[in-house]
Amino acid sequence: MEQTAPIISFKGVNKVYSNGTVGLKDISFDISRGQFLVVVGLSGAGKSTLLRTINRMHEITSGEITVEDESISDYKGKALRLLRRKIGMIFQGFNLINRSSVEKNVLSGRVSYYPTWKTIFGLFSKADKEKAVHSLARVNLAEKLYTRADELSGGQQQRVAIARTLMQDPKIILADEPVASLDPLTTKTVMDTLKRLNQEDGITVIVNLHSVALAREYADRIVGLRAGQLVYDQPIGNVAEGDLDQIYQTPEGAKA
Amino acid sequence: MSTPTIPRRSWAQRYHVKGIGWTVLMLVLLVASAQMTGVNVGMFFSNLGQFTNLLVRMSNPAWDYTTVIIQPLLETIQMAILGTTIGAAFAIPFAVLSASNLIHNRWLRGLTRLFLDLVRTLPDLLLAAIFVAIFGIGSTAGVVTLAIFSFGMVSKLFYEVIETIDMGPLEALESVGATKITIIWYAVLPQILNQFISYFLYTLEINVRASTVLGYLGAGGIGVFLQRSLNEFNYNQTAVIILATLVVVLVIDGVSNHLRRVLL
Ligand SMILES: Nc1ncnc2c1ncn2[C@@H]1O[C@H](COP(=O)(O)OP(=O)(O)OP(=O)(O)O)[C@@H](O)[C@H]1O
Ligand SMILES: [Mg+2]
Repeated sequence: MEQTAPIISFKGVNKVYSNGTVGLKDISFDISRGQFLVVVGLSGAGKSTLLRTINRMHEITSGEITVEDESISDYKGKALRLLRRKIGMIFQGFNLINRSSVEKNVLSGRVSYYPTWKTIFGLFSKADKEKAVHSLARVNLAEKLYTRADELSGGQQQRVAIARTLMQDPKIILADEPVASLDPLTTKTVMDTLKRLNQEDGITVIVNLHSVALAREYADRIVGLRAGQLVYDQPIGNVAEGDLDQIYQTPEGAKA
Repeated sequence: MSTPTIPRRSWAQRYHVKGIGWTVLMLVLLVASAQMTGVNVGMFFSNLGQFTNLLVRMSNPAWDYTTVIIQPLLETIQMAILGTTIGAAFAIPFAVLSASNLIHNRWLRGLTRLFLDLVRTLPDLLLAAIFVAIFGIGSTAGVVTLAIFSFGMVSKLFYEVIETIDMGPLEALESVGATKITIIWYAVLPQILNQFISYFLYTLEINVRASTVLGYLGAGGIGVFLQRSLNEFNYNQTAVIILATLVVVLVIDGVSNHLRRVLL
Protein backbone atom coordinates (compact mmCIF):
# COMPACT_ATOMS: atom_id res chain seq x y z
CA MET A 1 0.00 0.00 0.00
CA GLU A 2 1.14 3.52 -0.75
CA GLN A 3 2.49 5.28 2.30
CA THR A 4 1.62 9.01 2.41
CA ALA A 5 3.22 11.48 4.79
CA PRO A 6 1.37 11.92 8.09
CA ILE A 7 -0.72 15.08 8.44
CA ILE A 8 -1.18 14.56 12.18
CA SER A 9 1.22 12.82 14.50
CA PHE A 10 0.86 11.89 18.18
CA LYS A 11 4.09 11.22 20.05
CA GLY A 12 3.79 9.91 23.60
CA VAL A 13 0.78 12.08 24.38
CA ASN A 14 -0.63 12.10 27.91
CA LYS A 15 -3.57 14.04 29.20
CA VAL A 16 -4.53 14.24 32.84
CA TYR A 17 -7.51 16.43 33.74
CA SER A 18 -7.12 18.88 36.60
CA ASN A 19 -9.25 16.60 38.81
CA GLY A 20 -6.79 13.72 38.27
CA THR A 21 -8.83 11.80 35.66
CA VAL A 22 -6.62 10.26 33.02
CA GLY A 23 -7.91 11.32 29.61
CA LEU A 24 -5.15 9.97 27.37
CA LYS A 25 -2.28 7.66 28.24
CA ASP A 26 0.87 7.42 26.16
CA ILE A 27 -0.76 7.78 22.75
CA SER A 28 1.53 7.49 19.73
CA PHE A 29 0.30 7.13 16.17
CA ASP A 30 0.25 8.89 12.80
CA ILE A 31 -2.72 9.86 10.67
CA SER A 32 -1.93 10.08 6.99
CA ARG A 33 -3.23 12.76 4.70
CA GLY A 34 -6.59 11.99 3.13
CA GLN A 35 -7.43 9.20 5.54
CA PHE A 36 -10.94 8.50 6.84
CA LEU A 37 -10.18 7.48 10.40
CA VAL A 38 -12.81 6.22 12.81
CA VAL A 39 -12.17 6.19 16.54
CA VAL A 40 -14.20 3.74 18.59
CA GLY A 41 -14.35 3.01 22.28
CA LEU A 42 -16.61 2.86 25.29
CA SER A 43 -18.11 5.95 26.77
CA GLY A 44 -15.36 7.66 28.78
CA ALA A 45 -12.58 5.95 26.85
CA GLY A 46 -11.14 9.31 25.77
CA LYS A 47 -12.44 9.70 22.20
CA SER A 48 -13.59 13.29 22.61
CA THR A 49 -10.44 14.15 24.49
CA LEU A 50 -8.30 12.75 21.69
CA LEU A 51 -10.16 14.73 19.05
CA ARG A 52 -10.07 17.99 20.97
CA THR A 53 -6.33 17.87 21.52
CA ILE A 54 -5.82 18.11 17.74
CA ASN A 55 -7.29 21.61 17.52
CA ARG A 56 -6.17 22.53 21.03
CA MET A 57 -9.68 22.81 22.45
CA HIS A 58 -8.04 20.64 25.13
CA GLU A 59 -4.43 20.98 26.26
CA ILE A 60 -2.23 17.94 26.68
CA THR A 61 -0.14 17.28 29.77
CA SER A 62 2.92 15.82 28.07
CA GLY A 63 4.12 14.49 24.73
CA GLU A 64 3.82 16.18 21.38
CA ILE A 65 1.26 16.57 18.62
CA THR A 66 2.29 17.81 15.20
CA VAL A 67 -0.04 18.99 12.46
CA GLU A 68 1.58 19.27 9.02
CA ASP A 69 4.97 18.70 10.64
CA GLU A 70 4.68 21.57 13.09
CA SER A 71 4.35 21.09 16.83
CA ILE A 72 1.12 22.74 17.89
CA SER A 73 1.75 22.92 21.65
CA ASP A 74 3.18 26.42 21.72
CA TYR A 75 0.69 28.10 19.41
CA LYS A 76 -0.91 31.19 20.90
CA GLY A 77 -3.24 33.92 19.67
CA LYS A 78 -3.11 34.28 15.93
CA ALA A 79 -1.09 31.12 15.32
CA LEU A 80 -3.63 29.10 17.29
CA ARG A 81 -6.52 30.63 15.35
CA LEU A 82 -4.77 29.79 12.07
CA LEU A 83 -4.34 26.20 13.23
CA ARG A 84 -8.03 26.00 14.06
CA ARG A 85 -8.95 27.56 10.74
CA LYS A 86 -7.57 24.61 8.83
CA ILE A 87 -9.30 22.09 11.12
CA GLY A 88 -13.07 21.92 10.90
CA MET A 89 -15.08 20.50 13.79
CA ILE A 90 -18.49 18.81 13.81
CA PHE A 91 -20.32 18.25 17.08
CA GLN A 92 -22.91 15.79 18.32
CA GLY A 93 -25.21 18.69 19.25
CA PHE A 94 -24.63 20.56 15.95
CA ASN A 95 -23.80 23.76 17.88
CA LEU A 96 -25.54 26.11 15.48
CA ILE A 97 -26.66 29.57 16.53
CA ASN A 98 -30.34 28.71 16.73
CA ARG A 99 -31.79 32.18 16.40
CA SER A 100 -29.67 33.11 13.40
CA SER A 101 -30.28 32.30 9.77
CA VAL A 102 -28.66 29.37 8.04
CA GLU A 103 -26.71 31.87 5.95
CA LYS A 104 -25.23 33.59 8.98
CA ASN A 105 -24.38 30.24 10.52
CA VAL A 106 -22.58 29.11 7.39
CA LEU A 107 -20.75 32.42 7.00
CA SER A 108 -19.58 32.20 10.62
CA GLY A 109 -17.29 29.43 9.42
CA ARG A 110 -15.41 32.02 7.41
CA VAL A 111 -14.78 34.62 10.13
CA SER A 112 -11.16 33.64 10.70
CA TYR A 113 -10.34 34.94 7.21
CA TYR A 114 -11.42 38.46 8.24
CA PRO A 115 -10.32 41.06 10.77
CA THR A 116 -12.63 41.18 13.80
CA TRP A 117 -14.27 44.50 12.90
CA LYS A 118 -15.35 43.24 9.49
CA THR A 119 -16.97 40.18 11.03
CA ILE A 120 -18.92 42.43 13.40
CA PHE A 121 -20.38 44.49 10.59
CA GLY A 122 -20.94 41.33 8.54
CA LEU A 123 -18.73 42.66 5.73
CA PHE A 124 -18.27 39.41 3.88
CA SER A 125 -17.06 39.57 0.29
CA LYS A 126 -19.42 38.70 -2.53
CA ALA A 127 -17.24 35.71 -3.31
CA ASP A 128 -17.66 34.38 0.22
CA LYS A 129 -21.43 34.86 0.15
CA GLU A 130 -21.47 32.82 -3.04
CA LYS A 131 -19.21 30.31 -1.37
CA ALA A 132 -21.80 29.98 1.41
CA VAL A 133 -24.51 29.13 -1.13
CA HIS A 134 -22.14 26.72 -2.81
CA SER A 135 -21.26 25.02 0.49
CA LEU A 136 -24.94 24.62 1.29
CA ALA A 137 -25.55 23.19 -2.17
CA ARG A 138 -22.89 20.59 -1.48
CA VAL A 139 -24.89 19.34 1.48
CA ASN A 140 -28.13 19.67 -0.54
CA LEU A 141 -29.61 22.49 1.51
CA ALA A 142 -29.24 25.55 -0.75
CA GLU A 143 -32.97 26.29 -0.53
CA LYS A 144 -32.68 26.75 3.26
CA LEU A 145 -30.32 29.75 3.01
CA TYR A 146 -32.65 32.20 4.77
CA THR A 147 -34.35 29.78 7.16
CA ARG A 148 -33.73 30.13 10.87
CA ALA A 149 -31.39 27.36 12.04
CA ASP A 150 -33.77 26.10 14.73
CA GLU A 151 -36.50 25.49 12.16
CA LEU A 152 -34.46 22.67 10.59
CA SER A 153 -34.50 18.99 11.49
CA GLY A 154 -31.52 17.46 13.28
CA GLY A 155 -30.08 15.94 10.12
CA GLN A 156 -30.43 19.23 8.28
CA GLN A 157 -28.78 21.11 11.14
CA GLN A 158 -25.83 18.75 11.06
CA ARG A 159 -25.47 19.33 7.33
CA VAL A 160 -25.53 23.10 7.92
CA ALA A 161 -22.74 22.53 10.44
CA ILE A 162 -20.80 20.67 7.75
CA ALA A 163 -21.38 23.57 5.33
CA ARG A 164 -20.07 25.93 8.01
CA THR A 165 -16.96 23.81 8.29
CA LEU A 166 -16.50 23.82 4.50
CA MET A 167 -16.27 27.63 4.64
CA GLN A 168 -12.98 27.19 6.49
CA ASP A 169 -11.45 25.34 3.52
CA PRO A 170 -10.31 22.78 6.07
CA LYS A 171 -7.58 20.24 5.53
CA ILE A 172 -8.87 18.18 8.43
CA ILE A 173 -12.38 17.59 9.75
CA LEU A 174 -12.89 16.35 13.30
CA ALA A 175 -16.35 14.94 13.98
CA ASP A 176 -17.28 14.03 17.54
CA GLU A 177 -20.15 11.55 17.38
CA PRO A 178 -21.79 13.49 14.55
CA VAL A 179 -24.70 11.09 14.18
CA ALA A 180 -25.34 10.08 17.78
CA SER A 181 -28.62 12.00 17.93
CA LEU A 182 -29.86 11.18 14.41
CA ASP A 183 -32.11 8.45 13.02
CA PRO A 184 -30.64 5.77 10.67
CA LEU A 185 -31.69 7.52 7.47
CA THR A 186 -30.26 10.95 8.34
CA THR A 187 -27.25 9.20 9.79
CA LYS A 188 -26.57 7.85 6.32
CA THR A 189 -26.85 11.27 4.63
CA VAL A 190 -24.48 12.85 7.13
CA MET A 191 -21.93 10.04 6.96
CA ASP A 192 -22.17 9.96 3.15
CA THR A 193 -21.52 13.71 3.07
CA LEU A 194 -18.41 13.32 5.21
CA LYS A 195 -17.19 10.47 3.02
CA ARG A 196 -17.78 12.51 -0.12
CA LEU A 197 -15.73 15.45 1.23
CA ASN A 198 -13.01 12.99 2.13
CA GLN A 199 -12.92 11.49 -1.35
CA GLU A 200 -13.62 14.54 -3.51
CA ASP A 201 -11.62 17.17 -1.62
CA GLY A 202 -9.02 14.95 -0.02
CA ILE A 203 -9.92 16.26 3.43
CA THR A 204 -8.57 14.11 6.24
CA VAL A 205 -11.58 13.06 8.33
CA ILE A 206 -11.48 11.78 11.90
CA VAL A 207 -14.79 10.60 13.31
CA ASN A 208 -15.70 9.33 16.75
CA LEU A 209 -18.41 6.72 16.52
CA HIS A 210 -20.23 4.43 18.88
CA SER A 211 -21.54 2.16 16.14
CA VAL A 212 -19.17 -0.57 15.03
CA ALA A 213 -21.29 -1.21 11.95
CA LEU A 214 -20.93 2.38 10.82
CA ALA A 215 -17.22 2.32 11.55
CA ARG A 216 -16.78 -0.72 9.31
CA GLU A 217 -18.87 0.82 6.55
CA TYR A 218 -17.09 4.17 6.27
CA ALA A 219 -13.58 3.93 7.75
CA ASP A 220 -10.28 3.47 5.93
CA ARG A 221 -8.79 2.67 9.30
CA ILE A 222 -10.17 2.03 12.76
CA VAL A 223 -8.45 2.82 16.03
CA GLY A 224 -9.81 1.77 19.39
CA LEU A 225 -9.39 3.44 22.74
CA ARG A 226 -9.88 1.98 26.17
CA ALA A 227 -9.31 3.93 29.37
CA GLY A 228 -7.28 6.52 27.48
CA GLN A 229 -5.01 3.99 25.78
CA LEU A 230 -4.73 3.05 22.14
CA VAL A 231 -5.64 -0.64 22.18
CA TYR A 232 -6.48 -1.25 18.54
CA ASP A 233 -5.23 0.12 15.22
CA GLN A 234 -5.91 -1.54 11.87
CA PRO A 235 -6.57 -0.58 8.27
CA ILE A 236 -10.12 -1.55 7.34
CA GLY A 237 -8.91 -4.48 5.22
CA ASN A 238 -7.47 -6.14 8.32
CA VAL A 239 -10.43 -5.60 10.61
CA ALA A 240 -11.77 -9.02 11.46
CA GLU A 241 -15.28 -9.79 12.65
CA GLY A 242 -14.63 -10.25 16.37
CA ASP A 243 -11.93 -7.60 16.69
CA LEU A 244 -14.04 -4.74 17.82
CA ASP A 245 -15.84 -6.70 20.52
CA GLN A 246 -12.57 -6.69 22.37
CA ILE A 247 -12.56 -2.89 22.45
CA TYR A 248 -16.06 -2.82 23.80
CA GLN A 249 -15.33 -5.20 26.62
CA THR A 250 -15.88 -3.58 29.97
CA PRO A 251 -12.69 -3.06 31.96
CA GLU A 252 -13.79 -5.77 34.44
CA GLY A 253 -14.47 -8.18 31.56
CA ALA A 254 -11.06 -7.46 30.11
CA LYS A 255 -9.30 -8.44 33.29
CA ALA A 256 -11.23 -11.66 33.71
CA MET B 1 -32.61 -12.23 42.15
CA SER B 2 -30.78 -10.42 44.89
CA THR B 3 -32.24 -7.29 46.40
CA PRO B 4 -30.67 -4.21 44.86
CA THR B 5 -28.36 -2.36 47.19
CA ILE B 6 -29.63 1.15 47.79
CA PRO B 7 -26.97 3.75 48.57
CA ARG B 8 -27.21 4.86 52.18
CA ARG B 9 -28.24 8.41 52.81
CA SER B 10 -26.44 10.27 55.53
CA TRP B 11 -28.35 11.23 58.67
CA ALA B 12 -28.52 14.86 57.52
CA GLN B 13 -29.86 13.89 54.09
CA ARG B 14 -32.49 11.59 55.54
CA TYR B 15 -34.06 14.17 57.82
CA HIS B 16 -33.69 17.13 55.38
CA VAL B 17 -31.63 18.96 57.98
CA LYS B 18 -30.51 21.64 55.52
CA GLY B 19 -33.97 22.51 54.22
CA ILE B 20 -35.54 22.65 57.68
CA GLY B 21 -32.59 24.60 59.06
CA TRP B 22 -32.88 27.29 56.42
CA THR B 23 -36.64 27.61 56.87
CA VAL B 24 -36.30 28.05 60.64
CA LEU B 25 -33.48 30.55 60.20
CA MET B 26 -35.60 32.59 57.77
CA LEU B 27 -38.57 32.66 60.16
CA VAL B 28 -36.36 33.73 63.05
CA LEU B 29 -34.81 36.50 60.96
CA LEU B 30 -38.25 37.68 59.82
CA VAL B 31 -39.67 37.91 63.34
CA ALA B 32 -36.48 39.44 64.72
CA SER B 33 -36.34 42.14 62.08
CA ALA B 34 -40.00 43.05 62.66
CA GLN B 35 -39.28 43.35 66.38
CA MET B 36 -36.12 45.38 66.01
CA THR B 37 -37.44 47.85 63.46
CA GLY B 38 -40.65 48.27 65.42
CA VAL B 39 -43.00 47.57 62.55
CA ASN B 40 -46.49 48.00 63.94
CA VAL B 41 -49.19 46.44 61.79
CA GLY B 42 -51.92 47.79 64.04
CA MET B 43 -50.81 51.36 63.37
CA PHE B 44 -51.15 50.77 59.66
CA PHE B 45 -54.83 49.86 60.02
CA SER B 46 -55.72 52.52 62.58
CA ASN B 47 -54.32 55.21 60.27
CA LEU B 48 -56.05 53.87 57.19
CA GLY B 49 -58.63 56.62 57.65
CA GLN B 50 -56.11 59.34 56.76
CA PHE B 51 -55.30 57.50 53.59
CA THR B 52 -58.97 57.34 52.55
CA ASN B 53 -59.24 61.02 53.36
CA LEU B 54 -56.39 61.73 50.94
CA LEU B 55 -58.03 59.64 48.26
CA VAL B 56 -61.28 61.54 48.66
CA ARG B 57 -59.49 64.85 48.25
CA MET B 58 -57.80 63.54 45.11
CA SER B 59 -61.04 62.23 43.66
CA ASN B 60 -61.73 65.39 41.71
CA PRO B 61 -58.85 65.72 39.23
CA ALA B 62 -58.21 69.18 37.83
CA TRP B 63 -58.25 68.14 34.20
CA ASP B 64 -57.19 71.54 32.82
CA TYR B 65 -53.91 71.05 34.67
CA THR B 66 -53.05 68.40 32.04
CA THR B 67 -51.81 70.99 29.57
CA VAL B 68 -49.32 72.29 32.16
CA ILE B 69 -47.76 68.93 32.92
CA ILE B 70 -47.40 67.59 29.38
CA GLN B 71 -44.07 69.36 28.89
CA PRO B 72 -42.46 68.15 32.16
CA LEU B 73 -43.88 64.70 31.57
CA LEU B 74 -42.16 64.55 28.19
CA GLU B 75 -39.00 65.73 29.90
CA THR B 76 -39.34 62.89 32.40
CA ILE B 77 -39.69 60.34 29.58
CA GLN B 78 -36.67 61.77 27.81
CA MET B 79 -34.66 61.64 31.03
CA ALA B 80 -35.67 58.04 31.57
CA ILE B 81 -34.84 57.00 28.00
CA LEU B 82 -31.47 58.76 28.03
CA GLY B 83 -30.53 57.51 31.48
CA THR B 84 -31.56 53.93 30.76
CA THR B 85 -29.79 53.87 27.40
CA ILE B 86 -26.52 55.24 28.76
CA GLY B 87 -26.66 52.91 31.76
CA ALA B 88 -27.48 49.85 29.67
CA ALA B 89 -24.74 50.63 27.14
CA PHE B 90 -22.12 50.72 29.90
CA ALA B 91 -23.65 47.63 31.48
CA ILE B 92 -22.93 45.39 28.47
CA PRO B 93 -19.11 45.18 28.78
CA PHE B 94 -19.37 44.87 32.56
CA ALA B 95 -21.95 42.10 32.24
CA VAL B 96 -19.62 40.23 29.90
CA LEU B 97 -16.74 40.62 32.37
CA SER B 98 -18.93 39.31 35.21
CA ALA B 99 -20.24 36.21 33.43
CA SER B 100 -18.58 33.08 34.79
CA ASN B 101 -19.08 31.17 31.52
CA LEU B 102 -17.16 33.78 29.50
CA ILE B 103 -14.50 34.96 31.94
CA HIS B 104 -12.56 32.18 33.59
CA ASN B 105 -10.28 34.52 35.51
CA ARG B 106 -11.77 34.55 39.03
CA TRP B 107 -10.03 37.74 40.04
CA LEU B 108 -11.20 39.79 37.10
CA ARG B 109 -14.73 38.50 37.55
CA GLY B 110 -14.67 39.05 41.29
CA LEU B 111 -13.41 42.61 41.01
CA THR B 112 -15.99 43.52 38.37
CA ARG B 113 -18.79 42.07 40.47
CA LEU B 114 -17.56 43.85 43.58
CA PHE B 115 -17.60 47.12 41.67
CA LEU B 116 -21.14 46.44 40.45
CA ASP B 117 -22.26 45.58 43.99
CA LEU B 118 -20.85 48.89 45.19
CA VAL B 119 -22.72 50.80 42.48
CA ARG B 120 -25.94 49.02 43.38
CA THR B 121 -25.51 49.85 47.03
CA LEU B 122 -25.63 53.61 46.37
CA PRO B 123 -29.26 54.69 46.91
CA ASP B 124 -30.62 56.60 43.92
CA LEU B 125 -31.83 59.41 46.17
CA LEU B 126 -28.30 59.94 47.46
CA LEU B 127 -27.00 59.96 43.88
CA ALA B 128 -29.63 62.51 42.90
CA ALA B 129 -28.71 64.75 45.84
CA ILE B 130 -25.03 64.58 44.90
CA PHE B 131 -25.59 65.30 41.22
CA VAL B 132 -28.01 68.13 41.90
CA ALA B 133 -25.22 69.63 43.97
CA ILE B 134 -22.75 69.13 41.12
CA PHE B 135 -24.83 69.98 38.04
CA GLY B 136 -27.37 72.25 39.69
CA ILE B 137 -31.13 71.84 39.61
CA GLY B 138 -32.30 70.38 36.31
CA SER B 139 -32.57 67.28 34.20
CA THR B 140 -28.80 66.68 33.78
CA ALA B 141 -28.60 65.58 37.39
CA GLY B 142 -31.61 63.34 36.78
CA VAL B 143 -30.15 61.71 33.69
CA VAL B 144 -26.81 60.97 35.38
CA THR B 145 -28.56 59.53 38.42
CA LEU B 146 -30.79 57.31 36.31
CA ALA B 147 -27.82 56.21 34.18
CA ILE B 148 -25.86 55.04 37.22
CA PHE B 149 -28.91 53.44 38.81
CA SER B 150 -29.75 51.59 35.56
CA PHE B 151 -26.14 50.58 35.07
CA GLY B 152 -26.01 48.84 38.44
CA MET B 153 -29.33 47.09 38.01
CA VAL B 154 -29.07 46.17 34.32
CA SER B 155 -25.53 44.81 34.49
CA LYS B 156 -26.61 42.25 37.08
CA LEU B 157 -29.70 41.27 35.09
CA PHE B 158 -27.58 41.05 31.94
CA TYR B 159 -24.84 38.84 33.32
CA GLU B 160 -27.39 36.48 34.79
CA VAL B 161 -28.88 36.16 31.30
CA ILE B 162 -25.44 35.55 29.80
CA GLU B 163 -24.80 32.77 32.28
CA THR B 164 -27.83 30.81 31.03
CA ILE B 165 -26.85 30.65 27.36
CA ASP B 166 -26.10 27.51 25.40
CA MET B 167 -22.31 27.17 25.17
CA GLY B 168 -22.40 24.98 22.04
CA PRO B 169 -22.25 27.80 19.49
CA LEU B 170 -19.33 29.38 21.39
CA GLU B 171 -17.44 26.10 21.18
CA ALA B 172 -18.14 25.96 17.45
CA LEU B 173 -16.96 29.51 16.83
CA GLU B 174 -13.86 28.89 18.92
CA SER B 175 -13.06 25.79 16.86
CA VAL B 176 -13.40 27.85 13.69
CA GLY B 177 -10.58 30.13 14.87
CA ALA B 178 -12.67 33.20 15.71
CA THR B 179 -11.40 35.93 18.01
CA LYS B 180 -13.01 36.47 21.44
CA ILE B 181 -14.95 39.50 20.26
CA THR B 182 -16.24 37.74 17.16
CA ILE B 183 -17.31 34.81 19.32
CA ILE B 184 -19.30 37.12 21.59
CA TRP B 185 -20.84 38.92 18.63
CA TYR B 186 -21.85 35.79 16.73
CA ALA B 187 -22.56 33.22 19.42
CA VAL B 188 -23.51 35.18 22.55
CA LEU B 189 -25.37 38.25 21.31
CA PRO B 190 -28.11 36.49 19.30
CA GLN B 191 -28.87 34.32 22.31
CA ILE B 192 -29.31 37.21 24.72
CA LEU B 193 -30.56 40.10 22.61
CA ASN B 194 -34.26 39.54 23.22
CA GLN B 195 -33.88 39.25 26.95
CA PHE B 196 -31.64 42.32 26.94
CA ILE B 197 -34.32 44.35 25.20
CA SER B 198 -36.93 43.02 27.57
CA TYR B 199 -34.87 44.00 30.63
CA PHE B 200 -34.06 47.35 29.06
CA LEU B 201 -37.76 48.15 28.75
CA TYR B 202 -38.40 46.92 32.27
CA THR B 203 -35.71 49.26 33.57
CA LEU B 204 -37.12 52.10 31.49
CA GLU B 205 -40.49 51.60 33.14
CA ILE B 206 -38.91 51.65 36.60
CA ASN B 207 -36.98 54.77 35.67
CA VAL B 208 -40.09 56.67 34.60
CA ARG B 209 -41.53 56.05 38.04
CA ALA B 210 -38.21 56.70 39.77
CA SER B 211 -37.71 60.00 37.99
CA THR B 212 -40.95 61.33 39.43
CA VAL B 213 -39.42 60.86 42.86
CA LEU B 214 -36.05 62.25 41.78
CA GLY B 215 -37.82 65.44 40.71
CA TYR B 216 -38.40 65.98 44.41
CA LEU B 217 -34.71 66.67 44.84
CA GLY B 218 -34.64 69.07 41.93
CA ALA B 219 -33.53 66.57 39.34
CA GLY B 220 -35.99 67.81 36.74
CA GLY B 221 -39.12 66.40 35.12
CA ILE B 222 -42.60 65.79 36.44
CA GLY B 223 -41.41 65.27 40.00
CA VAL B 224 -40.93 68.99 40.46
CA PHE B 225 -44.61 69.50 39.78
CA LEU B 226 -45.59 66.58 41.96
CA GLN B 227 -43.73 68.11 44.86
CA ARG B 228 -45.24 71.55 44.23
CA SER B 229 -48.83 70.27 44.12
CA LEU B 230 -48.34 68.30 47.33
CA ASN B 231 -46.76 71.25 49.12
CA GLU B 232 -49.64 73.46 48.11
CA PHE B 233 -52.19 70.81 49.10
CA ASN B 234 -53.48 70.88 45.52
CA TYR B 235 -54.48 67.24 45.63
CA ASN B 236 -56.62 67.62 42.53
CA GLN B 237 -53.46 68.43 40.60
CA THR B 238 -51.60 65.59 42.29
CA ALA B 239 -54.30 63.26 41.01
CA VAL B 240 -53.74 64.41 37.43
CA ILE B 241 -49.99 63.92 37.72
CA ILE B 242 -50.38 60.43 39.13
CA LEU B 243 -52.89 59.48 36.44
CA ALA B 244 -50.68 60.89 33.68
CA THR B 245 -47.66 58.95 35.01
CA LEU B 246 -49.82 55.85 35.16
CA VAL B 247 -50.74 56.31 31.49
CA VAL B 248 -47.06 56.61 30.54
CA VAL B 249 -46.14 53.49 32.52
CA LEU B 250 -49.03 51.59 30.96
CA VAL B 251 -47.95 52.63 27.46
CA ILE B 252 -44.34 51.52 28.09
CA ASP B 253 -45.63 48.28 29.56
CA GLY B 254 -47.79 47.73 26.48
CA VAL B 255 -44.93 48.47 24.11
CA SER B 256 -42.56 46.17 25.96
CA ASN B 257 -45.12 43.36 26.06
CA HIS B 258 -45.70 43.76 22.36
CA LEU B 259 -41.98 43.81 21.55
CA ARG B 260 -41.36 40.78 23.68
CA ARG B 261 -44.07 38.84 21.85
CA VAL B 262 -42.70 39.88 18.46
CA LEU B 263 -39.08 39.17 19.37
CA LEU B 264 -39.27 35.91 21.28
N1 LIG C 1 -13.42 18.54 31.65
C1 LIG C 1 -13.14 17.35 32.24
N2 LIG C 1 -12.66 17.32 33.50
C2 LIG C 1 -12.37 16.16 34.09
N3 LIG C 1 -12.52 14.96 33.52
C3 LIG C 1 -12.99 14.91 32.26
C4 LIG C 1 -13.33 16.11 31.55
N4 LIG C 1 -13.78 15.76 30.33
C5 LIG C 1 -13.71 14.43 30.27
N5 LIG C 1 -13.24 13.90 31.43
C6 LIG C 1 -13.00 12.48 31.73
O1 LIG C 1 -12.04 11.99 30.82
C7 LIG C 1 -12.38 10.69 30.38
C8 LIG C 1 -12.48 10.65 28.88
O2 LIG C 1 -13.61 11.45 28.49
P1 LIG C 1 -14.05 11.64 26.98
O3 LIG C 1 -15.12 12.66 26.97
O4 LIG C 1 -12.86 11.90 26.14
O5 LIG C 1 -14.65 10.22 26.65
P2 LIG C 1 -15.43 9.75 25.34
O6 LIG C 1 -14.72 8.53 24.86
O7 LIG C 1 -15.58 10.86 24.40
O8 LIG C 1 -16.81 9.32 25.95
P3 LIG C 1 -18.28 9.45 25.30
O9 LIG C 1 -18.41 8.31 24.36
O10 LIG C 1 -19.19 9.32 26.49
O11 LIG C 1 -18.36 10.78 24.64
C9 LIG C 1 -13.66 10.33 31.10
O12 LIG C 1 -13.34 9.57 32.24
C10 LIG C 1 -14.25 11.65 31.51
O13 LIG C 1 -14.99 11.52 32.68
MG1 LIG D 1 -17.25 12.01 23.75
